[in-house]
Amino acid sequence: MLRFLAAVGAAFLTFLATTGRLALFAGTSLATAFTPPFYPGVILREMVNIGYFSLPVVGLTAVFTGMVLALQSYTGFSRFSAEGAVATVVVLSVTRELGPVISGLMVAGRVGAAIAAEIGTMRVTDQIDALTTLSTDPLRYLVLPRVLAGIITLPLLVLVADIIGVFGGYLVGVYKLGFNPQAYLNGTWQRLETIDVVSGLVKAAVFGFIVALMGCYQGYHSRGGAQGVGRATTHAVVSSSILILLVDYLITAAFFSR
Amino acid sequence: MTATHSVPKISVRGLRKSFGRKQVLDGLDIDCASGESLVVIGGSGTGKSVLVKCILGLLNPEAGSIRIDGVETVGLLRGAREQLMQKFGMLFQGSALFDSLSVWENVAFGLVRGRGMDRPAAREIALAKLASVGLGPEVSLLRTAELSGGMQKRVALARAIAADPEIVFFDEPTTGLDPIMADVINDLIVKCVREVGTTAVSITHDMVSARKIADRIAMLYQGRIVWHGPTADIDHSGNLFVDQFINGRADGPIKMQVRAA
Repeated sequence: MLRFLAAVGAAFLTFLATTGRLALFAGTSLATAFTPPFYPGVILREMVNIGYFSLPVVGLTAVFTGMVLALQSYTGFSRFSAEGAVATVVVLSVTRELGPVISGLMVAGRVGAAIAAEIGTMRVTDQIDALTTLSTDPLRYLVLPRVLAGIITLPLLVLVADIIGVFGGYLVGVYKLGFNPQAYLNGTWQRLETIDVVSGLVKAAVFGFIVALMGCYQGYHSRGGAQGVGRATTHAVVSSSILILLVDYLITAAFFSR
Repeated sequence: MTATHSVPKISVRGLRKSFGRKQVLDGLDIDCASGESLVVIGGSGTGKSVLVKCILGLLNPEAGSIRIDGVETVGLLRGAREQLMQKFGMLFQGSALFDSLSVWENVAFGLVRGRGMDRPAAREIALAKLASVGLGPEVSLLRTAELSGGMQKRVALARAIAADPEIVFFDEPTTGLDPIMADVINDLIVKCVREVGTTAVSITHDMVSARKIADRIAMLYQGRIVWHGPTADIDHSGNLFVDQFINGRADGPIKMQVRAA
């Protein structure tokens, strides 16, 4: 029993230490945003890497998500003659929940892994130490631009995903399920409120922060050559995915709990 | 331990650093005078790289003092450390070139990012430094992955000296190079130190390299300097550790650690 309690205590202490290190890492990195030198070119480059190059994967997943959602909600709602709610369900689900979460998870897989692998490789090949010896703060040069780019670009990606997702639902609704196009569009717009979109965009900004931060953190602290970089990449994707789902609940509760 | 009575360029006292239970540096003392080329020799895993990383501030020692130009540097805050870094140049063992940048961008990196120099001016300096290590402008636009190991080392050397640092550290500068390329690198280091008057601290277990580039050699064993003296004295040091090391004998006071501690 004592051994069990010791194991639980040790795990809890490890959790607290890791959380503390992560918070310190995030705080120190963000603090560099308030003092020169600034690297706007690097931030722009990372915005293109994270945002623009994620468009195809986010767009594809969004369109299929919208299509499946329309199909599933139609088959479900038709059991109690509520087919008319399909358009509303699609738009609310996509803007509030599926747009940000699916985009966040896709970006975690594509970008979080790439960030961890790139920074992890830089760590194990002494490139991060080289930055320091060249009077360049690695947190300012490597971490801050990626974190800012994540915060800025993910809401933009989610906005695109929302539009594409709703369009996917429209395609299935109109061309497969036989909805009147005007009626479907009316059903989409009439129930949509600003808070639905805004809550999704807030989630997206937080998810962008999480994905970039976890990628940077895991890569920055990777050790032990190629195996260490691989481990960092896995940890980055797994930890950011779990955090996305956890934080998704917390933000949803904050916005919509009555 | 200094060669002169003036304030040493680098002064290390009582430096201690451990990783887990392994005590890597155990109260190490060493000085390096201004304009001197000091080579620290020692077997693999004896803490040579750890010593340099502690001086550079890349690792935090548990105890001891590191003074640069008489100023204590242990515990410096981030801003002051960045300022101090402008005195240093570093050639890493694996070159540590940024593979996302071209050759000239690597050489100019510290000038542009660290010192805020505009890119055209930094490019001019980078091309001049590349020329000084025997690389023409045609190399400057290549990616570092396109270079051979010897060329990467030369680019890394050009990057280390690009900002005319007061102190340059060389971590195993000839490891992994063929003898001829190793000698080319040694010549470039000697040129850098003698002509420019830079203070140089090199760490190596290549005795050919050590004899060529050192004014003074120090031997590191079990976390301490067990011998130091002018290069000319190395062959009659009277120190059993040094004798075993420079002659490459398996028998002697140095016992090779087969397993990691």
